[in-house]
Amino acid sequence: MSDEQPRDWGATRRRLLQAAGAGSALVLAGCLGGDGGDEGENGTGDGSGNESGGGSSDTQSGGGAVGDGELVLATTTSTYDTGLLDALNPVFQDMYGITVRVISQGTGAAIETGRAGDADCILVHARNAEGQFISDGAGVNRRDVMFNDFVVVGPEDDPAGIDGMSSATEAFATIAEQEATFLSRGDDSGTNKKELIVWEEAGVEPSGSWYRESGQGMGDTLNQASQSGAYTLADRGTYLSQQDNIDLVIHVQGPLKDGPAILRNPYGVIPVNPAVHDNVNYQAAMAYVGFLTSPQGQSAIEEYTANGSQLFFPNALSEEPQFGQYVPQDWDGSTESMAAARFHHWVDTAVPEDF
Amino acid sequence: MFQAGIFEEFGTQYLISIVLVTLRVSLTAVGVATLISIVLAGVLGFREFPGKRAAVAVVNTGMGFPSVVVGLAVLLLLSNQGPIGGGFTLGIPGTTVAFDFGGVELLFTPTAMIISQVILATPVVTSVTLSAIEGVDDSIRDAAFAAGGTGVDVSVAVVREARYGVVTAVLAGFGRAVSEVGSVLIVGGNIAIATGGGARVSFTRTLTTAITVESRQGNYELGIALGVVLLVLALAVNALGSLVRDRGNTR
Repeated sequence: MSDEQPRDWGATRRRLLQAAGAGSALVLAGCLGGDGGDEGENGTGDGSGNESGGGSSDTQSGGGAVGDGELVLATTTSTYDTGLLDALNPVFQDMYGITVRVISQGTGAAIETGRAGDADCILVHARNAEGQFISDGAGVNRRDVMFNDFVVVGPEDDPAGIDGMSSATEAFATIAEQEATFLSRGDDSGTNKKELIVWEEAGVEPSGSWYRESGQGMGDTLNQASQSGAYTLADRGTYLSQQDNIDLVIHVQGPLKDGPAILRNPYGVIPVNPAVHDNVNYQAAMAYVGFLTSPQGQSAIEEYTANGSQLFFPNALSEEPQFGQYVPQDWDGSTESMAAARFHHWVDTAVPEDF
Repeated sequence: MFQAGIFEEFGTQYLISIVLVTLRVSLTAVGVATLISIVLAGVLGFREFPGKRAAVAVVNTGMGFPSVVVGLAVLLLLSNQGPIGGGFTLGIPGTTVAFDFGGVELLFTPTAMIISQVILATPVVTSVTLSAIEGVDDSIRDAAFAAGGTGVDVSVAVVREARYGVVTAVLAGFGRAVSEVGSVLIVGGNIAIATGGGARVSFTRTLTTAITVESRQGNYELGIALGVVLLVLALAVNALGSLVRDRGNTR
C-alpha cells in the first residue's frame, strides 16, 4: 500500500506536467484569453518547482522518506479558503518531501475523518471538541498553532441595532429579541459550535423563522447572509479574505480589537493516534506539527495577509511552559493519585506479563 | 464573453490538471460502466429468467440514484472503519475467515471517485443499451438464427444493429458522470495540492467540485467560467461520440 500510491501519484503528476508542457489543451484555448501563452510558461516554471517535490519519490526509494511520503490533513474551510495552507504547505513539502493532501471540511467533519483514521492529522478550531478527540484516544500530541477571533457581521443598515456593542451575548440577545434574520452555519463546524456557545451564554434558544441554517461552509454562509441581509457569526480570517465580495460589515468586534473574550478563536493541530489506527502516517503528521509550530512556520503564519490584513496570529512559541495545550481544557492531571493511576496504567499495558 | 485571461490568476496549469482529473475519472468510470452494462444488458435482453422484470425495474431505478447517497455509501465502504478500508471477518460456523485488504487506502483518491461514478453511470448505460437492444427488429434475430448462428452470434448481430443506441448510452453515462458533484466531493475530498507561489495542482478536484470551491469563496465569475469549460468538454466528447455513431451507421 505504502509503495504503490505515491508511485501512482508520481506518474499522474508526470503526465500532468507533460500535458502542461505540450500545451495540448485544445479545449481550453478559447477560454484562456491573450495572456494564456505567458501563463503557460509560468505554469511550467511552477512545474519545475514541483519537480523537487517529485524528488521525494527518490528519497523514498532511498529510505529517507517520512512514512509513505503523503500526509492527509483534515481541516476547516477557514484555513483553506483564506489561502493560508496554500502558502504554508509548499514550504513544508520542499523541506520534507511530503505531499500534503488537504481535505477542507467543517471542524466536526474533520474530527470525524480523523477519528475514522482516514486522515493523518487534523487542524481545527473547537477547543472542547478537540479535548474530546484527545480524551477518546483518537489523537495525541495536540499543539496550539495560532488564533484569531470571531466577529458578528451583518448588513450595513443594522436592522437590530447591535452596532458597536461590546458584548456578544448582548448582541445575540438583541438579535433574537428583534427577530432580525440570523444565518447560522448549522454544520457542526468550529464556528457553528462557537455560535451555539454564545446563544447558550446569552440565555436564548434561537428558534423561529428569523433563525436560519445554511448547512454550508463559512464562505457560502457569508455570501448567503450578504444576499439575504442577515447577521452571522464569522471568523475574522474568512471575513477579511472575502470582504470585497460581500456587503456585510462588522458590528461586534472580537477580542483582537477589544471585543469580548468569548469570541476567541484558537486553532490546534492534532496527529491521529497511531496506536488506534496503525495505517496513519504518524511521522509525517508529527513533522507537520513540528513545521507549523517551528519559528519558521510561525513566522510564515504571521506574514500571511489577505486584503492587506494579517489573518492569523501564531501562538505556538513561548518561553513559558504551556502544559494546557496538550490536554483537554478541563483536564486536571496535577493530583498525586492521578499520576499514580497513570503509572499503573502504563505498567498494565506496556510491561509483558512474564516480565 | 469573458474578459481576456480570466484564468490568469487561477493558473493555467491548475486548470489543465483539473480538466485532466475530470476526464480521467469520468472516462475511466464510463469505460468500466460500459463493460459491466454490455454484460448486464446482454443478460437482461437475451435471457428469460424469473425475476427479470424486477431486475429491469432495479436498473431503471438506479438511473435516478442520488449521487450524494452513492458517495456516502462508497465513503463508508472505503473508510478505514469500513469493510474494504479496514478489512472484515466472516463468521462461518466452526471457523472465521478474516478479510484484510492490507489497508488499501482508496478513500480520497481518484480511484474512489471512479468507483462511485461507475455505480452512478452503470444503470444509465445499462438501461439505454437495453432499450436499444429491445428496439432491434425481431427479423434480425430470426435471420441470424436462421443462418445457423448460435445464441452468442445472435446477440452479436443484435448488438451490432443496436450500436447507435449503445453509443447514445455511453454518452448518457458520461453526461451523468462528468456533471456529478455530490459523490466526488464526498469520496474524493476535493483535494488540490499547493506547489508554491500560489500554484496548485488538482489531485481529486474536478471541474464541478472546483466550481463549488470558487462559488463558496464568492468568485462567481470564475465559477461560471469553469462551468463553460465543463460545457465545452461535454460538447467535445459528445461530438466525438456522434462522429463514431454516424460512421457506424453509414457502414
